[in-house]
Amino acid sequence: MSKIHVTTTVNGDATEFLCDPRETLLDVLRDRLSLTGAKEGCGTGDCGACSVTVDGRLISSCLMLAAEAEGKEIGTVEGIATGEELHPLQRKFIEHAALQCGVCTPGILVAVKNLLERDPDPTEQQVRYWLAGNLCRCTGYDKIIRAVMDAAAEMRGAA
Amino acid sequence: MRYHTPESFEDASAIAAGAEGVTRYLAGGTDILVQMRSDIVTPDDLIDIKHIVGVKEIARSDDGGWRIGAAVAGAELGEHDGVGADWPGVVEAMELVGSTQVQGRATLTGNLCNASPAADSVPAMIAAGATVSVTGPDGPRKIAVEDVPTGPGQISLVRGEVVTAVNLPARGPGGGDAYLRFTPRTEMDIAVVGCGISLTRDGDTITSARVALGAVAPTALLVEAAAAALVGGTLDDGALDALAAAAEAACNPIDDKRGTIRFRTHVAGVLARRVAKIAYDRAGGAK
Ligand SMILES: Cc1cc2nc3c(=O)[nH]c(=O)nc-3n(C[C@H](O)[C@H](O)[C@H](O)COP(=O)(O)OP(=O)(O)OC[C@H]3O[C@@H](n4cnc5c(N)ncnc54)[C@H](O)[C@@H]3O)c2cc1C
Ligand code: FES
Ligand code: FES
Repeated sequence: MSKIHVTTTVNGDATEFLCDPRETLLDVLRDRLSLTGAKEGCGTGDCGACSVTVDGRLISSCLMLAAEAEGKEIGTVEGIATGEELHPLQRKFIEHAALQCGVCTPGILVAVKNLLERDPDPTEQQVRYWLAGNLCRCTGYDKIIRAVMDAAAEMRGAA
Repeated sequence: MRYHTPESFEDASAIAAGAEGVTRYLAGGTDILVQMRSDIVTPDDLIDIKHIVGVKEIARSDDGGWRIGAAVAGAELGEHDGVGADWPGVVEAMELVGSTQVQGRATLTGNLCNASPAADSVPAMIAAGATVSVTGPDGPRKIAVEDVPTGPGQISLVRGEVVTAVNLPARGPGGGDAYLRFTPRTEMDIAVVGCGISLTRDGDTITSARVALGAVAPTALLVEAAAAALVGGTLDDGALDALAAAAEAACNPIDDKRGTIRFRTHVAGVLARRVAKIAYDRAGGAK
């Protein structure tokens, strides 16, 4: 099977890789680029653990072929912190204990960061709908929602 | 699997026409990638249409309607003010598809061509009188949306044909449309029944209507008897009863864990009443 050469940008860095035509973007991020933040919870679009942004749009990386990433800008959880300094969302998730096993967390962070870029002041209901495709088996969601609302408030104050 | 990125629909069509094995198009991939992953479909040729100029465009057509490129994602459609103002029912139906992540990729065209009987946007598009533009070995043609699916997973396009865009007609004055579905959960679920209705009013009187049902038969249905129950009236109780009865009579659903035949048939009538009221209010100028 001949490999496809893809040129893309991941978290701001120009990146190239070779992939098989059937490989998903999630496979390539994890197995070829060693970016293991995005997780495979289901592989079929149901859980959101593989959430990344492509040209600023939130998607499930298990439902996109790596070959489709040609010329695109990919954003993953690894790009959220600034060096050693955690993003307010990451800090608030720790403060509110909004994670237990952590498998859903990278996807949720990417998803809510994308929401807050569109709307810095969402209602709780908006956040819950936005995250309807991000499943968490551990927390019962409330702590996640509280962490998001708190982080959003802090980010608005800081702005 | 060969992955193709043609730059024109003519090239896409030629690749599909010349391919010998299993061929699929890749729009948003939210159906086809799931099917590949579960080994339901193993394409020999996968033709990504997203490198074709204009596939992401939403444009006014000459007749005052809208032309929605085959790769426009649900989120992009939802953010477009013009289409939502004219056809809120089509937009709300497409926005019900999947999660935020799925909305980032899923398209009207893929929803239609995947040919699930429960596809949410399809009854809304049928009610709206939408057509698809197709390019193929015998040149371009337009097909009414209700004539595209022929059974679960089956469509009427011939080998080498590819959908280039979805066309919504001009809304015109006094028009309104709406879509509702019944699902056990609020989000992330498949329609047990879906209903789309579009109608026009002159004052309080309904002058034209189209009623479509999803998930109650092997394909989405255009129910002419249900539309006839509305036209000429003012949506009084008698008209709503006749509408519900006609919707129920059109149902030929399956019995499964998500809904029995009796339940689905009953819900079709209930939804038709609710959707007709929303479409009627919108046609009367309500937002
Ligand atoms: C988690 C999840 C939730 C979902 N929820 C819903 C839901 O609530 N309601 C619902 O209706 N659907 C739902 N779906 C199904 C899917 O998202 C929709 O059917 C979507 O609209 C498919 O569009 P796509 O662009 O992703 O299609 P693709 O997967 O790209 O293509 C689907 C089919 O259409 C064909 N096709 C694509 N483009 C063309 C073209 N230009 N010409 C001819 N044929 C073409 C392909 O060959 C393929 O067979 C869900 C899917 C997932 C993964
Ligand atoms: S792994 Fe992609 S949505 Fe579950
Ligand atoms: S913390 Fe375990 S799945 Fe969310």
